[in-house]
Parts: sequence; structure tokens; C-alpha cells
Amino acid sequence: MSRGFHTRVIDDLRQRIAHLEGTASRKAVVLPFGIPEMDERLPGGGLSFGAIHEIAGGGAGTVDGAAAALFAGGIAARAKGKVLWCLTRPDLFGPALSQAGLHPDRVIYCEADREEDVLASMEEGLSFGGLAAVVGELVRLPMTQSRRLQLAAEKTGTMGLIVRRWRRQSEASDFGNPSASTTRWRISVLPSEPLPTVGVGRARWLAELMRVKAGECAEFELGACDAKGRVCLFPVSGDGSDTQAWRGSRAV
Amino acid sequence: MPSDQPIVVISRSGSKRWVSAADPSARKLGLRIGMAASKAQAVIAGLTMIDADPAADAAALERLTLWALKQYSPVVAVDGTDGLVMDTEGADHLRGGEALMISGLVNLLRGKGLTVRAAVSDTWGASHAITRLVSAETTIVPVGGVSKAVVGLPIQCLRLPHDTIHGLRVLGVETVGELSAIPRAPLTLRFGPEVGRRLDQLFGRVAEPIEPIRTPELVEVSRNFQEPIGAAETIAKYIGKLVIQLSAKLEERGLGVRRSDLVIHRVDNTRQSVRAGLQKPVRDPRRLTKLLCDQIEKIDPGFGIEKMILVAVMVEPLEERQVTSSLIEEEVVDVTPLIDVLGNRGQRLYRLTPVASDVPERSVRRISPVADETGADWAVKWPRPSRLFTHPEQIETLAVLPDQPPVVVTWRGKRRRIVRADGPERIFGEWWLRPREMEAVRDYFVVEDEQGERLWVYRAGDGVDLNTGSHRWFLHGIFG
Repeated sequence: MSRGFHTRVIDDLRQRIAHLEGTASRKAVVLPFGIPEMDERLPGGGLSFGAIHEIAGGGAGTVDGAAAALFAGGIAARAKGKVLWCLTRPDLFGPALSQAGLHPDRVIYCEADREEDVLASMEEGLSFGGLAAVVGELVRLPMTQSRRLQLAAEKTGTMGLIVRRWRRQSEASDFGNPSASTTRWRISVLPSEPLPTVGVGRARWLAELMRVKAGECAEFELGACDAKGRVCLFPVSGDGSDTQAWRGSRAV
Repeated sequence: MPSDQPIVVISRSGSKRWVSAADPSARKLGLRIGMAASKAQAVIAGLTMIDADPAADAAALERLTLWALKQYSPVVAVDGTDGLVMDTEGADHLRGGEALMISGLVNLLRGKGLTVRAAVSDTWGASHAITRLVSAETTIVPVGGVSKAVVGLPIQCLRLPHDTIHGLRVLGVETVGELSAIPRAPLTLRFGPEVGRRLDQLFGRVAEPIEPIRTPELVEVSRNFQEPIGAAETIAKYIGKLVIQLSAKLEERGLGVRRSDLVIHRVDNTRQSVRAGLQKPVRDPRRLTKLLCDQIEKIDPGFGIEKMILVAVMVEPLEERQVTSSLIEEEVVDVTPLIDVLGNRGQRLYRLTPVASDVPERSVRRISPVADETGADWAVKWPRPSRLFTHPEQIETLAVLPDQPPVVVTWRGKRRRIVRADGPERIFGEWWLRPREMEAVRDYFVVEDEQGERLWVYRAGDGVDLNTGSHRWFLHGIFG
């Protein structure tokens, strides 16, 4: 009895706070991963539209950002509409994005010479509205800039995905600095799914949810994006020997 | 007409006929411009002579000027009988900068069979002089470098009457540097104010506005200000008003604008212009206003702006269209407004599209972001890396030939033991594109090291025959 009362009070308070923040008019819409274990860790049950999400690579991925770009591509693929991809280093390979579910007709690339132009293009894309997601590859993301992007995203409800990609691995400590992004992920590569024969199986990632507003950090072992941009969950196992449990539930 | 046969153009005034233009083969045989026609005929038997047609030349030059107005800059005018002058400030970034812009222009015109020389400098006078007297095909004078660039040029480049040039020559003045060192007062006394004015125009001490070429078909609206304006908000307000007038005029004619220019007259008799280009014809005032207001920061009002002119330089028919109802079909968001905004800021926008080629770097082509959606996707089902290097990096490997994946890979000084591998995926050279690729082969492998990093490596050659490649190993991409 008292428990139900408390929830009602808290819900009421939440609504009032949301009203003060000015986001109450628009219902919070989220993009679920389709994996209950992941979605329950995210407020609203998924990655929220109208927000900025930061994704970085781990290890060598801090420089090449290969897994982070695919993770972002998979998220963008599951949203509906066109995607603006802003970058300064055009080494993204189209077929790989297409294999992660992002059809080439849906991606508009915006190549700039300077980081500032990437930020400006992202802001323009976020405030345009009508795009599924705006992806930007950035080295630096200062607080002020991330706040601007977050506000632009809130206004239109477009999702902003930032792939952090540094020039040197030693510069990646910058990822600890605060920014206004709603979630912050680190995607590191793990040894791929073992196959009964020789060969390389489905790629696996360690996805660390390092920061999430109104939520707690978490770690997931994921199978890389399939042809529709979906990831799947592997049970966290130290040595990866326990493979029977997930084999049945693979989301392919 | 055989190209190696010498040809000259003959001009006439009264009974005098002289060579006014000669092609390279004629010049090689000793014909010079200004030579009497009869003398030229005497030098070369069977010389092809064409009568000059100044009116047709002028008409052709005007056509070229109008074309340049649409393509390059808002302010373009005919310069003399043989040139055109453009104010490219604020327009060159759309062509990738000054150097790319003029080399592109020269190459384009050369492709049409014209001999062109182009120069970019601070003043009209300096560009005029350099194009006519410097033999380099393209010259770019850095900002503030005019006096250094023209000091050694002969005085013919000053756009002065022939008599004045002759008179200065008699006085022993040969170069611009010598002329500018002479005291101005006696010079004016003898030759009139023209010499001093041309010198000042050359060095940029006096403004020399370019009166842009216009045709009756151009849709143009303008506004004069009784009091000069300067604040960014005021400029934005009047841009908005002009755009509404322009859209109304365009609507009468059923046109949409593809390229529009805002020309600004400042009180000190100088002009500035900004240009907005669009991917598709538009006459929506909001979009046009946004594109132009985006560039307000490039406008330097100086002492104030007294007149603003908005021109639709390039127009295309635009029909009214019915908006699709959300009941019948789902609304497709048109992203061209966003593309226009970003494109006018100088960003490179493109989409990728598949090309039927097995060679990875050739399987992708950039197309216009507004190109029709073909729905085409890459047919390859083998995994492809998310990052592909433009230049594959050579790596050290330990591998059993001919078809085993490497066991150890050393890339950028880091040695990796390979745990898993997939391959080979053999890709053959495209001999129909380059004959040297007749026998070329690449064997691609997906390899994974102990940390789980997945790399895309290839061996040039099939591992048996050295004709197919050098058997060296390269890293071509990184998988996520």
C-alpha cells in the first residue's frame, strides 16, 4: 500500500521536473536495442531520441574507431529515415556500413576540413529535424559544444551520435572529461565467436556503458551488428568457453 | 582543315590590312602580330587567311562572360576586347579555393580549344596586367603583394592610350616601377590625370568597381537606403524583404532559383557580393533567406551599405506541386534544404554508391547527395572492414605459401600473433581498365589476433607466380 503511494509521489515529482525542464510537451521516445538486459539499464527503455550519445573505441579502436563507427551505424540503421554522417577523415568503407544495415541511399556524408565545421554541420543537421540520426566523428568534444548539440537535438528529437576518434591512443584519456551527452559508450573488440571449424565467426564487442543520465553504468558482451543493425547479447564469461547458452538465442 | 597548316586572322582599317592573330605553327614560321598581310603572304605560300570579325568576337566574349557569371562569381564583366574580369571574393570557396578555381577554369577553357591565361590579385588593374604580360598560365598574387608583382612589368599593361605610352617611352620610362617613382605633378601636367589614376587603380589606392554584366532576362530586385546600414540584424531584415520581392517576381514567371547573388554597394563606392547556390530550383523565401543570412558574417559593411541588389542568376522552371497527404502515403522528408545550407558553407557532401568492381577501393563511388535513389547495394556478402586505408600499408608477416593465412603480422612496429583467420578471397586485376593488371592478383585474408583485433590483409600475387604480384603483404582495412 505505502509502496504504491511512494511510486505515485515519485512519478508526480518526475513529471513536474520534466515540465520544468521544458521537455514535457514531447513524449520521450526511445530506440530500444531489443535486448531486455540492455534496455532496462537505459532510462525509458532504450537510447533516447533527441539526445546526444557518445561512442568511443577501446584500445587500438581509440584511433581507428572501427567498431565504434559500426555500433553507431547499427543504431542509425534501426532508426527510420536519412542519416547525416559528418567526418574529417574519409576512410569509412561503405560496404561495411551496408552490412551493418545502413543502406547507401540513406547516408549523406558531409566531409569537412576542420573539427569546428563538423560540429557546425552536426548542429545544423540536428536542428533540421526529419533526419533519423546525425553521426559525427570528432576528436574533441568540449562541454559547451556538446551542450549546444544536446539542445539542438532536444529541440527536434533527432538522435545525435558522436564517434570519438583520437589521433593517438594516449590522447584518449580526454574521454573522462565531462560533456552534456546523455549516454557514453566504449566499444572494444573481443575475440570473435568461436566456430567449430577454422575461420572467423561473428565479431564480438565489449560494450561499456560508462555514463548514463539517470541510470547506472553497465557492461555487456555483444555480438556485432547483423544485416539489420541489431546486436545480440552474450553472457559475460571470463574465458568465453560457455557458449551453449547464447547459441539458441542468437538474434540473426 | 589540317591542324598543322598555319592560319592567321587579318584585320583591316581603311586600306591597311595586317595580321591580328596567328596560330602557333604560323608563329613558328616567323609571322608576327602587326605584320602587314601582304608580307605574311610573301613569307608563307598558300597561307590560310581569315578576315577578322570584331562583332562576332565581342558577341562570343559576352556569351563567355554570361557563362562565367552563372558558374563562377556574381560580379563578372567584359574586360577590353580580349578578356573578362571577375570579383571572386566570397565565391572561390565553392570551387575549393582560388588555386583550384582558376586552374579549373583554365583547363575547362583549354578543353574548348581556347588559349587562356588567368590571374588572381587584389586589383582589377594588376590582374589585367599580369594576364597579358606574364607567360605563366595561372598566377595568384597573395593579398598585399600587388606592388611587388607588377613593379617589373612594362607600362603597356596600364590600360593607357597608345599616345601616352609612346610619350612615356620617349622619356625613357619602361616599367611600372620606374613610372611610379616619378613625381606625380609634372606627370599630370604633361599627360593628364589618366596616368596617375591608372597607377592608383593598379595598386589599389583607388577603388575600381566592376559593373557586372546583365541581361534583360535576369530577375533582379534592389533597394536603396537613405541612411547607410551596417548592423547584421538590419542587413538580415532587408535580405528578408528583398527575397520576398524576388520570390514574387519568380512566381509570376513560374521560375525557381538555382543560384542567387546578393550584391552590396558600400558608401565608399566598393562592392561586395555573396552567392547562394541550390541543388534544386527553389522560390521558398524562408530557405533563400536562411542561405543568404548564413553568409552575413562574410559581408564587411565598412562605412555603411547604401544599396543592396538581389539577382537570380540561374533560374529553372519550377511548377507548383501538391503535397502528398499523410493519409495516402508516408511523408518523405526532403533533405535538400539541409544539403544547400551545408554545401554553401563549403562542406563536401556526397553519397556513396556501389560500382560493379571486385577491387575494394574501386567498388565505391561518390555521387551527388541529391541524386536519385537507385536502391543499389553492394552485392558482396563477404565481411568488409569498416575502415579502409586509401593507401594499403605494408606489413611484415610469417605465412606459408601459397594459400595459408599469415601466422604473425607486424604492423606499425607491433607484432601480433594470429589466432583465427579466414581466406583467401582472391581478387583479380581489371585488365580492361589497365593493361598492367592483366595478371595481377590479390589474396585477401581476414585475420584476428589474440586481443580480438580483426584486420584485413592481402598478399599481392597468388603465392606461386611472381608475375601476378610482388608477394608482399599489405594491411588494407580494419574490421570493427
